Amino acid sequence: MCTTCGCGNGAKALLHDLQSGEARPLDASREHAHDHHDHDHDHHHHDHEHDHASHEVMLEQRLLAKNDALAERNRAWFSGREILALNLMSAPGAGKTTLLERTIRDVGTEMAISVIEGDQATSHDGERIRAAGAASVQVNTGSGCHLDADMVAHGLDALRPAVGSVVMIENVGNLVCPALFDLGERAKLAILSVTEGDDKPLKYPHMFRASKIMILNKIDLLAHVDFDEKTAIANALRVNPQITVFSLSAQTGEGFDQWYDWLRREAARVQETAIQCC
Amino acid sequence: MHELGIARNIVSIASDAAKGRRVTRVTVEIGGLSGVMADAVAFCFDVVAEGTPLQGAKLDIREIEGRARCNACGAEFATPELFTACACGSSDTTRLSGEELSIKSMELEEAA
Repeated sequence: MCTTCGCGNGAKALLHDLQSGEARPLDASREHAHDHHDHDHDHHHHDHEHDHASHEVMLEQRLLAKNDALAERNRAWFSGREILALNLMSAPGAGKTTLLERTIRDVGTEMAISVIEGDQATSHDGERIRAAGAASVQVNTGSGCHLDADMVAHGLDALRPAVGSVVMIENVGNLVCPALFDLGERAKLAILSVTEGDDKPLKYPHMFRASKIMILNKIDLLAHVDFDEKTAIANALRVNPQITVFSLSAQTGEGFDQWYDWLRREAARVQETAIQCC
Repeated sequence: MHELGIARNIVSIASDAAKGRRVTRVTVEIGGLSGVMADAVAFCFDVVAEGTPLQGAKLDIREIEGRARCNACGAEFATPELFTACACGSSDTTRLSGEELSIKSMELEEAA
């Protein structure tokens, strides 16, 4: 089992290809994928220098180096195919899947969207995405609390997204762990719903700090809840002065234009960058 | 939640580099703003190290204080929170330290 995440040996990560209906455990192939990345660390020199003295071996390595290397590989894969990849993170129930369903229905014809769905169990969300008209694979992380770069790589193997398309990665509902793990995405998006607290950006600063966009969802409920939109936005900006906020309702569709404009712009940018670098 | 995974990574990286030799000490750096709790990593470490070349090894955790430089006035200051603003009022800052999450070195048992 992957040592990057804390999901334990008993955790069974599963991948459901919702097009073919095939489900398979990720473990065996994941071990294999990791083999290629078992760095040799280049520490041999140090060993010799220190063997007879302090026996101290310098390692100087980021603890998440393995995940970071795999994430860079995903990033290069996306870039080579001019794919816009976005990592959607939120607490459970903030409306990630509903946001994607509406987005697929509204702009799915002008841009090809496919989805990697991360959940601890079930393929409910993957089925919802498929019903909305997009291809999706469901990664079940077992007891794991976040997606990692290797899970995404395997998801991409099954999904085979088209050149120039958009890949939405819906992370496991969790405001803590996903922020630490680079998946190779172009941008992270934090989704906050007005049924949560407006102080959430302060309570979970890593997630909002790592995100380029905050989507404030369920604004159709603002009149019914004790949530101050201005305070929430001010708190997000306090944690991350560069964050861009879109307030919308995935239920009613209010506020979606600015989100779609941003999506179109980012997709165009990915293609421009690809042209420039070749 | 992810501290168990972090402890596993420490054991995995050190075991690979030790190439079968026994590891007696590992030194890691964990920034106070890294999103990883040093205490929780220490708690998991002994359990994860069991049955590996790191069994019984001492885990030295250097906790690094968060510091930032203000992009408005240039002051350097301690940041107990990720979003601590500068005394001048600006929250446009550059992180100097506090987000470290790395394995620095290890000590191997002297060959008999």
